[in-house]
Amino acid sequence: MARKTKATEMAEAKHAGGLSRAWKFGDDVDTDAIIPGRFLTINDPKELAKHAFEGVRPDFRPSTGDVVVAGENFGCGSSREHAPLALKGAGIKCVIAKSFARIFFRNSINIGLAMLECREADRIADGDVLEIEGNTIKNLTKGETYEAAPLPGFLAEIVESGGLIEYARAMVAKKHKGKKK
Amino acid sequence: MSNGLTITEKIFSRASGRPVRAGDFVMASIDRAMAHDITGPLAVEGFYEIMRDEKEKKVWDPEKIIILFDHQVPADSLNAARNHILLRKFAREQGIKHFYDLHEGICHQVMPEKGHVLPGQLIVGSDSHTCAYGALGAFGTGIGSTDMAAVFALGKLWFRVPESMRFEVNGKLGDRVYSKDIILKLIGDVGADGARYKACEYAGEAIRRLDVSQRMTISNMAIEMGGKAGIIEPDGKTEKYVRERSPGYRLDEGLKSDEDAEYAEVREYDVTGMPPQVACPHNVDNVVDIDKIEGKRIDQVFLGSCTNGRFEDLRIAAEVMDGRPVAKGVRMIVIPASHTEYMKALRAGLIEEFVSAGALVESPCCGPCMGGSFGLLGPGEVGLSTSNRNFRGRQGSPDALVYLCSPATAAASAVKGKIADPRSV
Repeated sequence: MARKTKATEMAEAKHAGGLSRAWKFGDDVDTDAIIPGRFLTINDPKELAKHAFEGVRPDFRPSTGDVVVAGENFGCGSSREHAPLALKGAGIKCVIAKSFARIFFRNSINIGLAMLECREADRIADGDVLEIEGNTIKNLTKGETYEAAPLPGFLAEIVESGGLIEYARAMVAKKHKGKKK
Repeated sequence: MSNGLTITEKIFSRASGRPVRAGDFVMASIDRAMAHDITGPLAVEGFYEIMRDEKEKKVWDPEKIIILFDHQVPADSLNAARNHILLRKFAREQGIKHFYDLHEGICHQVMPEKGHVLPGQLIVGSDSHTCAYGALGAFGTGIGSTDMAAVFALGKLWFRVPESMRFEVNGKLGDRVYSKDIILKLIGDVGADGARYKACEYAGEAIRRLDVSQRMTISNMAIEMGGKAGIIEPDGKTEKYVRERSPGYRLDEGLKSDEDAEYAEVREYDVTGMPPQVACPHNVDNVVDIDKIEGKRIDQVFLGSCTNGRFEDLRIAAEVMDGRPVAKGVRMIVIPASHTEYMKALRAGLIEEFVSAGALVESPCCGPCMGGSFGLLGPGEVGLSTSNRNFRGRQGSPDALVYLCSPATAAASAVKGKIADPRSV
């Protein structure tokens, strides 16, 4: 069983208030670390979540609303959408990283897993309690506030339409409407 | 700003029907879309979700979609078997013309081999090593399953046209040093995120000299430095390879980066005298010259994968082994990348050589590369592999170590029973 830090207890107590516990990782966290290859026959996010970070961080047991915080190039490696799905299934509210790998970034946008690219992600420690509103991250443990980079307009549009599935549905409907005319 | 365009900008301009430059967001038409047994099922679910209000739930073009099985082949679990059933049914229902069941091989080998990759095309695959098609001058890039679902429905996808990073590789490779050593060297220098969001463009006389098989190795691993593609300007060798599979094909002389094209960065290399390279655990950019790691004990050697499982790779390995057996205490797994490559190796006597040497030769598939099915490493074990990733836990236990190298280094190490310089055996 994972040891509970004071911050964990605090985070658990305050989840109702929209606060998040930070689960901190380093640079170049790869998709095999997020969800190992042998679990990729599973397609259900909740089932995938049981194996998130299994090999590299067995104590990873987030509460709903927690956040993953990392350094550069988070999600490098495979195109497996199972990686962001596992985090979503685990109840992760968003991933805060200094930078994201390309395919992971796309996949997260597409499935609606929030991401905040923040150059100050390093200032957040494991177990810190955060309050996140839009692109603003308040670190209640340290009494600091960080700003994340906003998404480019085009991507914000996809996110606002509810992810790529919804966006594509609208496009298909539009195409058919055009044909009927 | 100059007027010159990179090959990437030219491909995206055609695919999006208007002149575009790096940095532009576009909706581009897809020429070919590939899905396999791992990422395919989620894509199919997503596709039906997109089409749920449509009377006709038909894909945009059944001739442009390629579906095959390569990761869990043959099915190694009930879940894998169910996923295979789901995709077979989808392929049947949709009339997918190019559906390859268990026997055909690894996606990134089958795609070019069957003529599904043409220079200048925009190809997406729900697999990160789709960048391999850059070896033929196509813009191939890996996407996720939801992206693929949208492509199935629309035949289009959003992109940000990437900046390019050009690698000018000159000089002459020494004996028993190969394109795998070049790409490991580049990744080691640039780092795991050094080409993030960018198209890698490989040029220079050392690249020109490589055959198509060796170019595929180099394009395959662009993703290992974060690259969106790994493109090589098509030339006579490309034309010959493509014409053998698509008889009417003619090389488009304009399909190359203009002299005054703009790059995010240009890096120059001279590979003359470069020793074989090895990527050490647990990151692909943790690369050293072979002499730094020679003598390291190994438990398993894996020769195969979309990076280095072609006939040419197997032939190089067999030449290095030269009839010697796999060392006692070491297991060697050999997996040809496709049915075609397997048959070539069979006819050339290579399969018999490997089996006689004590290696296990398996049917064409990804094998231990993804750690999904067989050939896994146990805790504390050391694997040497010609594949493309050595992330912790990638090939089994998180407490195993994986080193990456060329087929020649793998073969030399298999017969020596420890990591060995292929020039020394």
